[in-house]
Amino acid sequence: MESWAIEVAQAALVLGLAPGLVGVVRWLKARLQSRRGAPPWQPYYELRKLFGKEVVVSRNASWLFRLAPYVVFASTAAAACLVPALAVERPLDGVGDLLVVVYLLLLATVFLALAGLDPGSAFGGMGSSREMTVAALAEPTVALAIFALALSAGSTNLGQIVARTLGDPAAALSPGHLLAFAALFIVMLAESGRLPVDNPGTHLELTMIHEAMVLEYSGRYLALIEWAAALKLLLFFALLGNLFVPWGVAVAAEPGALALALASLVVKLAVIAIVVALLETRVAKLRLFRVPELLSVSFVLALLAVTSSFLAR
Amino acid sequence: MTAETAPLLCLLMVAAYLAGAAGALAPLGPRLTRIVAAAGAIGGAVAGTVLATVVLVGGRPLVVTVPALLSVGGGLALRLDGLGAFFLILVGVVAAPAALYGVGYTAAYQGRYSLRWLGAMLNLFLLTMSLVVLADNALTFLLTWEAMSLTSYFLVMTEHERADTVAAGSWYLAMTHVGLALILTAFVLLIPPDGGASFAELRGAAATASPALRGLVFVLAVLGFGGKAGLVPLHVWLPRAHPAAPSHVSALMSGVMVKLGVYGILRLALDLLGVGPAWWGALLIGLGAASALIGVLYALMEDDLKRLLAYSTVENVGLVFIGVGAGLLFVSLREPAAAVLALAAALYHAVNHGVFKGLLFLGAGSVAHATGSRDMNRLGGLIRTLPWTAACFLVGALSIGGLPPFNGFVSEWLLFQSLLPAIGSTAPLVAPVMTLAVGALALTAGLAAAAFVKAFGITFLALPRSAEAGAAHEAPLTMRLAMVILAVLCALLGLGAALILPVLGGIVAGHAGLPRLAPPLTAGPLLLPPGGAASMSPSLVAIGLLLAMGGAWLAVRLLAARGLRVGETWGCGRLGQTPRMEYTSTAYAEPLRRVFAELYRPTEDLAIEVHPESRYFVQSIAYRSEIVPWFERYLYAPLVGRIAAWAARARVIQSGSAHAYLAYLVVALLALLAISLAWSG
Repeated sequence: MESWAIEVAQAALVLGLAPGLVGVVRWLKARLQSRRGAPPWQPYYELRKLFGKEVVVSRNASWLFRLAPYVVFASTAAAACLVPALAVERPLDGVGDLLVVVYLLLLATVFLALAGLDPGSAFGGMGSSREMTVAALAEPTVALAIFALALSAGSTNLGQIVARTLGDPAAALSPGHLLAFAALFIVMLAESGRLPVDNPGTHLELTMIHEAMVLEYSGRYLALIEWAAALKLLLFFALLGNLFVPWGVAVAAEPGALALALASLVVKLAVIAIVVALLETRVAKLRLFRVPELLSVSFVLALLAVTSSFLAR
Repeated sequence: MTAETAPLLCLLMVAAYLAGAAGALAPLGPRLTRIVAAAGAIGGAVAGTVLATVVLVGGRPLVVTVPALLSVGGGLALRLDGLGAFFLILVGVVAAPAALYGVGYTAAYQGRYSLRWLGAMLNLFLLTMSLVVLADNALTFLLTWEAMSLTSYFLVMTEHERADTVAAGSWYLAMTHVGLALILTAFVLLIPPDGGASFAELRGAAATASPALRGLVFVLAVLGFGGKAGLVPLHVWLPRAHPAAPSHVSALMSGVMVKLGVYGILRLALDLLGVGPAWWGALLIGLGAASALIGVLYALMEDDLKRLLAYSTVENVGLVFIGVGAGLLFVSLREPAAAVLALAAALYHAVNHGVFKGLLFLGAGSVAHATGSRDMNRLGGLIRTLPWTAACFLVGALSIGGLPPFNGFVSEWLLFQSLLPAIGSTAPLVAPVMTLAVGALALTAGLAAAAFVKAFGITFLALPRSAEAGAAHEAPLTMRLAMVILAVLCALLGLGAALILPVLGGIVAGHAGLPRLAPPLTAGPLLLPPGGAASMSPSLVAIGLLLAMGGAWLAVRLLAARGLRVGETWGCGRLGQTPRMEYTSTAYAEPLRRVFAELYRPTEDLAIEVHPESRYFVQSIAYRSEIVPWFERYLYAPLVGRIAAWAARARVIQSGSAHAYLAYLVVALLALLAISLAWSG
């Protein structure tokens, strides 16, 4: 019973924190660029506004366009429930492993890409085609990085990977782990639509990927999609933080350990947010056809991670 | 039903197919011919599925021998064990909906093609496929195998007046007979000089054969059966022949017949040859990885919906072979639990692919039926006119994309998990092979998702790109029903994974030194690969997804604003939207075409016609781009050219005179007699 309470609390926490994380990254970026910037809680206002507005749907759109936001939100939320944000021992840990998380996120991407095609605008098709290109090339990196982690942990279950690194701190510094971290970091930038792959701040049609795909969405549908995107960012940050630097994640279900876990999660998210904000201030967006080069770098890093995990047995 | 009913069911299956074939040939009206042919096929498929279930549940194989038939080769021998039963179920599960679909689909053939021969050949094709998995000696196997190839060839040739159909048929006939020659050689090498050719005797002979001979037999079997399965580089016939056949036959060829190539390799390698060296598995993993990648990369570039599906068959067969290869590798490394998991995963993917590829071909068939076109650049917007087809095709696309909670997701997850136990092994071959397999598996999964977003999105969404697509109509009831059955199966095979996986484990257990009792692969609703602590539950993931969707819908319904207005699609201020503004199939794949340009080497042809007064006024733009697959350009084109040159030279001996041909016969007979005398003497 207690463990289910933790599960529910964790899901609520992730859902609640996600928009704030996006706000923090935006705010940090503004500060680094010497702008005042909107306050970190601005995304909450935006979600409330969007949920309160009527929806405009294209004449050409089918039922799929109206179903997609729910599928996108539900699969991202389901994936978020599987990530050990606070505690290792959870009833949901056995239900899905890291691969399930990846495939659930791919389900969301596929529905967004289909919804982008549905109204028949050139932008939607453009964004959809580009998004699937990036996703198709990012996927192998994720799987290989997972394989590298699983080889050293003996399992693809998230709780198991965390517990294994907690039990053997030296593993966190093994070349396999470090290479897999680097590979997953690059993929995180690509999958959550950050610079240098996609620019979350632009609405210039020719350069965008994610924003072009969701151009036709408005009102509550857009709110669900934006919330899911924020959730995906948080999910990747939490994965990077808790899989590779697992210290702080609660092993036992005690109030003290959970408070510590919460604090450590916030610190990890903040650190990664600072790194991403710094990076987005320093680098420019890559040309679309240079993106595959970046992704092949991450693919090679992940391949090296697997090789070194095999060698380090 | 008890095991005693098995011979009766076998007889019933054969009788139903034969009755279907005979009934189709009888002088009935066209409508009745279609119904009779389908009834025979469905009856046979159901009887076959029940028979296989009885054998699987009872655990006792069915044995039927008719020594009087084929007495030179040891008689007609049939035996159905677990492995055969699995493939017999695969035949039945896809054949019944496909035959039902044929009732509506072939109505359009009336008056153009012979419905009688189509119905008869369909029944004989299904019968021979069922008998292939029942065969228990070399002669029975080879005869039914060849009969299967020939009947499917006739089915491919249904639309015989089209030039591309004839070319496809010739490719198929040539490739399948090269394969037959290799398989025949493999069996002949195994047959002991003083013994018979029953599978039991071959098993005994293989156990005492030299490693070199066993290796040779294995390689011949991989090449021979791999050609039928569509392994790269023997796959070239597949993207030609499968689209040329009527769609319900395409579904059977892509969904079922290629899997019998997998069956052949499993029967020969796992059952007859037994434990082999590690390179057997590594070879299959390498060929599987190459097929998966090449298949999906060409599928992505295809604009023809059925050719896209055919290339994707090459990809999925590659995935099955990665699993089979991993299984054989673990068998030779003496890791039985890991081997059982890998082989069960391969079988799972084989049946899943049969169901979703069957569904997708039927969907593509009703698109072609409704619009007369398979070119995606001329389709679009069909989700409004073909709602049933669209929904079923979407289920198939999500399944084949490996997305939860459908069946493709489960088997891809299992394939991935089956590669993980490699960590425990220190054999030199394991690390590079497994890294290759994981990389190929992952790259394939991502690209397949992109290919099927394109296939569904361009065909069914947005505005119709041609007048025919705009005037499309939904398929008749039989076709819709067949697609719904397969779509439901896609969901059930995903959700019921925890019930299905132990059965598959039981089928492979006992072969090739594996323990008779398979390790437990599940615990309650969880799939639990042995060894590793990884676990997953497709049914619980599906429940979670539904709960999250329902919760989100309810919350939005209760708390958010409810207004909805229908407006125009945003066009940057430009009013009026035409299909010319939409992305096409070619455009959709353009970024990936650029990324893999080194492989595709596309030829591009851009012709811009400008106004005679000023070159700034463009009158028309014509763009053509073509991709000639690498294998055809560098491997098959020179080969076919060489063979054609030899054939031209051999023409001298073809005088056209019957006397000369009779003389050749006599000379050949005498030469063979002399050789056999010299051999024995």
